[in-house]
Amino acid sequence: MSGDKLVMMANQIGKFFVPQRGIDPVAAIADHLRKFWDPRMRAAIVAHLEQGGADLDDPVRQAVRRLKEAEARS
Amino acid sequence: MSLISETDYGTPLSRAEEQVTLTIDGQTVTVPAGTSIMRAAVDAGISVPKLCATDSLEAFGSCRLCLVEIAGRSGTPASCTTPVAPGLVVSTQTERLKQIRRGVMELYISDHPLDCLTCAANGDCELQDMAGAVGLREVRYGYDGANHLGQEKDESNPYFTFDPSKCIVCSRCVRACEEVQGTFALTIQGRGFGSKVSAGALADNFLSSECVSCGACVQACPTATLSEKSVIEIGTPEHSVVTTCAYCGVGCSFKAEMRGEEVVRMVPYKEGKANRGHSCVKGRFAWGYANHRERILKPMMRESIDQPWREVSWEVAIDRVASEFKRLQEKYGRLSIGGITSSRCTNEETYLVQKLVRGGFGNNNVDTCARVCHSPTGYGLSQTYGTSAGTQDFDSIEHTDVVLVIGANPTDAHPVFGSRLKKRLRQGAHLIVVDPRRTDLVRSPHIEADYHLALRPGTNAAILNALAHVIVTEGLINEAFVRDFCDRDAFEYWMQFVADPKNSPEAVSLVSGVPAEAIRGAARLYATGGNAAIYYGLGVTEHSQGTTSVMAIANLAMVTGNIGRPGVGVNPLRGQNNVQGSCDMGSFPHELTGYRHISDDATRHAFEALWNRPLDREPGLRIPNMFDAAIEGSFKGLYVQGEDILQSDPNTKHVVAALSAMECVVVQDLFLNETANYAHVFLPGSSFLEKDGTFTNAERRINRVRKVMTPRNGMADWEITLAIAKAMGFEMHYDHPAEIMDEIARLTPSFAGVSYDLLDRLGSVQWPCNGAAPEGTPVMHIGGFVRGKGNFMITEYVPTDERTGPRFPLLLTTGRILSQYNVGAQTRRTDNVIWHEEDVLEIHPHDAEQRGVRDGDWIRLDSRAGSTTLKACITERVAPGVVYTTFHHPQTQANVVTTDYSDWATNCPEYKVTAVQVSPSNGPSEWQREYERQADHSRRIAKAAAE
Repeated sequence: MSGDKLVMMANQIGKFFVPQRGIDPVAAIADHLRKFWDPRMRAAIVAHLEQGGADLDDPVRQAVRRLKEAEARS
Repeated sequence: MSLISETDYGTPLSRAEEQVTLTIDGQTVTVPAGTSIMRAAVDAGISVPKLCATDSLEAFGSCRLCLVEIAGRSGTPASCTTPVAPGLVVSTQTERLKQIRRGVMELYISDHPLDCLTCAANGDCELQDMAGAVGLREVRYGYDGANHLGQEKDESNPYFTFDPSKCIVCSRCVRACEEVQGTFALTIQGRGFGSKVSAGALADNFLSSECVSCGACVQACPTATLSEKSVIEIGTPEHSVVTTCAYCGVGCSFKAEMRGEEVVRMVPYKEGKANRGHSCVKGRFAWGYANHRERILKPMMRESIDQPWREVSWEVAIDRVASEFKRLQEKYGRLSIGGITSSRCTNEETYLVQKLVRGGFGNNNVDTCARVCHSPTGYGLSQTYGTSAGTQDFDSIEHTDVVLVIGANPTDAHPVFGSRLKKRLRQGAHLIVVDPRRTDLVRSPHIEADYHLALRPGTNAAILNALAHVIVTEGLINEAFVRDFCDRDAFEYWMQFVADPKNSPEAVSLVSGVPAEAIRGAARLYATGGNAAIYYGLGVTEHSQGTTSVMAIANLAMVTGNIGRPGVGVNPLRGQNNVQGSCDMGSFPHELTGYRHISDDATRHAFEALWNRPLDREPGLRIPNMFDAAIEGSFKGLYVQGEDILQSDPNTKHVVAALSAMECVVVQDLFLNETANYAHVFLPGSSFLEKDGTFTNAERRINRVRKVMTPRNGMADWEITLAIAKAMGFEMHYDHPAEIMDEIARLTPSFAGVSYDLLDRLGSVQWPCNGAAPEGTPVMHIGGFVRGKGNFMITEYVPTDERTGPRFPLLLTTGRILSQYNVGAQTRRTDNVIWHEEDVLEIHPHDAEQRGVRDGDWIRLDSRAGSTTLKACITERVAPGVVYTTFHHPQTQANVVTTDYSDWATNCPEYKVTAVQVSPSNGPSEWQREYERQADHSRRIAKAAAE
């Protein structure tokens, strides 16, 4: 899966959740990725993070890190 | 089976609550106040002769056949125009009335060509019936009067003829065009014997007039004056079957009127609760594609897409599908294949495809074409209200005072609802249109929008926030509704957000191009004008912020309390006939039927237990993700039922690359569509006329589709899916689609009460239909939201990444036209092409002049994704800086130009915003020529006999 496209899609998700109030936006972004992205897409964005995570917005970067940790546990 | 003859009550139903009792021909009858005596008589089982009256139209009182006598009143009033009154004693049959009626009929007959035996309406003619009913035995004026047979017929319309010699000038056609359709294309021209029905100006015929071929006039005509050409050619039908239209999301009910297994005509069914007896040109007339010569009736396959197709038996084709899919999974892994269900197929068919993928393929790589239209509706409304569907029924519009239409063009894309909407507007409801184009609703006969917010494409969320800003800052909030039904914290956060000056109309006008005062006026009207309802379409969803805008719409309805009763609500106008149903049926890769996430153990276990298969708890690929994965190399096989993803999905070159990268593409369709050019197995599908099932329309209404003829391809679509599943080792056992619905009901709480028996009894039902609502739910969220408290979401405006600039200075938006449907696979194979034989580009005169483009010129349309050419249509419907086209024709391929950008939550493509440049051109582009060559090459069918 194209890293650039996934980064753009993930950042789009971030732009929605970051302004929300009363929730943890990082958790919400991670939850969205977990619920709607197929495993290979999640693996690709995690791999992108592991390679430095270029162009990922900060909350999204945190969310992907959290996703990685959660997937490692499961 | 027999011909269904619906009772014609003569005049419309009165909705008054007060009841009135009177006596007609000695019988006591009680009816609502305002009912005509004619209708009350029908209620009492008494048929009063009539010609100019029919119950779809207001009483007119011109034919003088329906006269009655009322005790204590002088004269013989027309029963159609005389309302009931308490204690009236009415006689419908007296010597005096008999004489008058015979006299009237003599006059009609003396001026009528008495060619009944060769008349197309012989046996289906109200004039003939009335002659019998009044006992006409002689015509004192003789039979030598003008028979008018020399008058020229108007046969310009491809579907019906106008024969003036048969006309009795009852004006039913004129009134139907005005009252039912709202087009005002017809009039009565001339006086006395010279009076005649006229379409448009003197020089016009039906085709050149404003007529939209909805068929209302033909339906209303009591004689053979307006006749379907199919009736003239075939003869009158002998039996009828009630079924549901296979076009848009309105879901009109029709009587398929048949002679044997041949469809004679499709007549809108008065009992149909979505359409109430009305129709549009597509459902009424454009069904001939089922017998089009290009229809494929035998399975075909080939080793590679360079080879010609080879006809094979069903067994061979199904075996190939199964063996290839098994091979791919063995070689590339379990997740390497998937399927796409269609919003053009029935609920039962889509349910089976997702069952095949989840249970037979062992993954969740199933998606539906709703992905590319209304997936943001599902997510947006589930987050705010708790359910993924519109809140009302179509009847709700009759109680609406203010209509806000945003990103929808119902008079073209949902025409029957468009007519009902226009009727309400003519009665005085107010209208706000939010659309970059000046659609017909903005201004058409007897309709004018109070506000047209002609926003710059891509700024829906900003405009919706600005409307909310006005409501909040000007104190127009429905405090009681918010307090009682909405989450208080979420509301407080949201109120602070929208009150921010960045969301003020003045600030938003800078990005949207809409004057601040217009935004303020529209917001005040929406919040204070009474029952306010929002209707929206793909102009909202097909954006990078599609989901955000759906949420913003939900917020607007909540803050003004416009939820939970007739006349209000949030109403997504679904594009295709079964968009709602395909979503309900678990077609999305992340959820099972009834919108329950695949990771929910309890739900998944219920399916596993019934299907006797373990299910993957991980979400699968969505359609755009499938394409990306195919190009990347991990997705190799696809089963596409009833969709043409190559033509309908964005960035055609990308789709071509994806399909070309797959090793087994299986297309199930009526025709060799564009996707089939890249397919390895073709499974011929069946049309809606050839199968049983259900469609669920935009108002959550589950309607029956009934088989009226044997499948020409030999198998119904659901049977084909069963065969693939069996070959894949996942056997399913159903003898009839009713059994599939029984399984859906068993597994889906919102469908728990649905069965074919219930549908046969009620006609249709709106989900949720279960123990709490055994006869369905016309209006949702009464007394509270499905999710509990309504959830206000922050809807920050984020400009799309698709930007205009020096190279691409214009914004392209795409849509539909009345006569064509989606990718045109059906309508292009009907006479509807007479109205739209090619896609054109609408461009404003200023933009055209700057580029040296004249009306009708070939132009080149370039974007960052690709180029195509088409002809220019210069019009002020679009604003300067905006261009518009449709995507009905593969030769144009508007989606060569559209991009990969998509909605943040759902990946719904951003069809509605593409930065483009327009320049003069000499004809088709290199790409178009190559595409045509490839398509011609790919569609070759070898002459070898079937295996």
